[in-house]
Amino acid sequence: MGMTIAEKIFSNHCGREVRAGELVVTEVDFMMGQDGTSPLAIKAFRELGGERVLDPSRVALVIDHSAPSPLEGVSNLHTLMRSFAAEHGIGIFDIGCGVCHCLLPEQGLVAPGDIVIGADSHTTTYGAVNAFSTGVGSTDLAAAMLTGRLWFKVPHTLRLELRGTLPIGVYSKDVALYLAGRITADGATYMAVEYGGELITSLSVEARFTISNMAVEMGAKAGLMEADAKTLEWVSGRVTRPFNPAAPDRGADYAEVMEFALDGLPPQVAEPHCVDSVKPVEELEGIPVQEAVIGTCTNGRLEDLEVAARILSGRRVSPEVRLIVAPASRRVLMQGMEKGIVQRLIEAGAVFVAPGCGPCVGTHNGVPSDGERVISTANRNFKGRMGNANAFIYLASPATVAASAVAGKITDPRRML
Amino acid sequence: MEEGMVLRGKAHVFGDDVNTDYIISGKYKFKTLDMDELACHCMEDLDPDFNQRVRPGDFIVAGGNFGCGSSREQAPLVIKHAGVSAVLARSFARIFFRNAINKGLPVVECDTSQIVDGDELEINLGAGKVTDLTRGTEMDIIPLPVVMMEIIREGGLIDYLKKHGGFRL
Repeated sequence: MGMTIAEKIFSNHCGREVRAGELVVTEVDFMMGQDGTSPLAIKAFRELGGERVLDPSRVALVIDHSAPSPLEGVSNLHTLMRSFAAEHGIGIFDIGCGVCHCLLPEQGLVAPGDIVIGADSHTTTYGAVNAFSTGVGSTDLAAAMLTGRLWFKVPHTLRLELRGTLPIGVYSKDVALYLAGRITADGATYMAVEYGGELITSLSVEARFTISNMAVEMGAKAGLMEADAKTLEWVSGRVTRPFNPAAPDRGADYAEVMEFALDGLPPQVAEPHCVDSVKPVEELEGIPVQEAVIGTCTNGRLEDLEVAARILSGRRVSPEVRLIVAPASRRVLMQGMEKGIVQRLIEAGAVFVAPGCGPCVGTHNGVPSDGERVISTANRNFKGRMGNANAFIYLASPATVAASAVAGKITDPRRML
Repeated sequence: MEEGMVLRGKAHVFGDDVNTDYIISGKYKFKTLDMDELACHCMEDLDPDFNQRVRPGDFIVAGGNFGCGSSREQAPLVIKHAGVSAVLARSFARIFFRNAINKGLPVVECDTSQIVDGDELEINLGAGKVTDLTRGTEMDIIPLPVVMMEIIREGGLIDYLKKHGGFRL
């Protein structure tokens, strides 16, 4: 039987053939913690009696979730991260650098064929560049910082063959939402999802990150894609160390293969309060929104800001709506300025906050009030997610969010393109 | 936790897809490492009175996909600090499951569909059985991978690693 991408990556790391279901201990090529999880990892590292981080060059700490700090408690935890990073010679991305899941690939820290862990559930994002990357908790991160290694169960793989090409006004976010709706919030639990087919090939690497980012919303451990010519070109200017991409064998042993023809896919929207409660935009059109958010590790990249600017150029954000934009990294913000995207968004009425997670996690930057409806490019719409359990969050593509911000209600972006 | 350890307590029943934001909202969890303080907000958005009703040793009982969402380890920690001695669910989200075991919170995968809120339960981890004493029914626990059993036996990942110096398979 042939092997899946996940089996290949684990086999390459173990130096022997390993198969789905096996328990293995392997080297971790890169590891990351953010400001919601690193403080507990530092505490666990000390409880472990850790004196030095085994290989600081394989670790990054990112202050992105509550950045800049809105509270003294958070400030103290940020300071703990800064001093731990300085003590151990770990690279730290301080406030304003951006969201961890945009930064790590952008800075060339993750490579095809890698095993990567992050103390953040959306670590599945780097699967788009062929890394087996998965979210873990703080204690696992502490163990990996100390030993360089971690135990894994090699996952079974759900292969998704995505056919067709996306119509105008429909984006990779719509694909990610559609798949979450079809597979459901726990349909891929304990499994790696492997995305393939010509639809994936047709997407830019930036657009692919959005899909792998949301693999965890189906319960998946990883959201893997093959490294094709686009991937290799994208990483070639960034990754400086050698790497070993993994392609699935023909006839790989998949737990299941599902095929989706997405030629006529309409824009998709997830309703409150479940990511898998997904409908075509036309079924929800007309619902008023008071806040619109463009950004996050799902959709805060340059292409996302670009499509929003295209819709907002020559238009105004509705006076009933607050449009908040959080670029996913400083580089995205600067490139957006160079291209005039930032100016166009601000002219249209957008409010920019620091590169980082923005209002997605409910700590700052736009907590909605009771009863308000928010349309966001984020990946989660759980009750209370944005800091108020009495608010309602809808998830959509940057185009749908921008169009809805203009109209003051959920709107099909295809009419504004 | 000893192998063969028996836990007894009352069931607090929740539904499917109880996510980590419900277990401990992001608005609290970023500001402190004091888990007793955070534990006051455990399950708050789903059941504002949970913190008043839960007694030491009680169980959280849920449907499918318990703990989905964030990787925050605060989620199993606040459950533990709220006094809950184990979580029973039909299935768990994988990061939560792993975190719970790493922090020494027993997580029990079993058929929870017949358990009613307030039922008295007995969990025998060694024997792999859950007994609903109120109803007189018995459920099998889905066994854990061997490495997880060993981590649980040591009381969590920190004690496991201190003892063994690394991971053993």
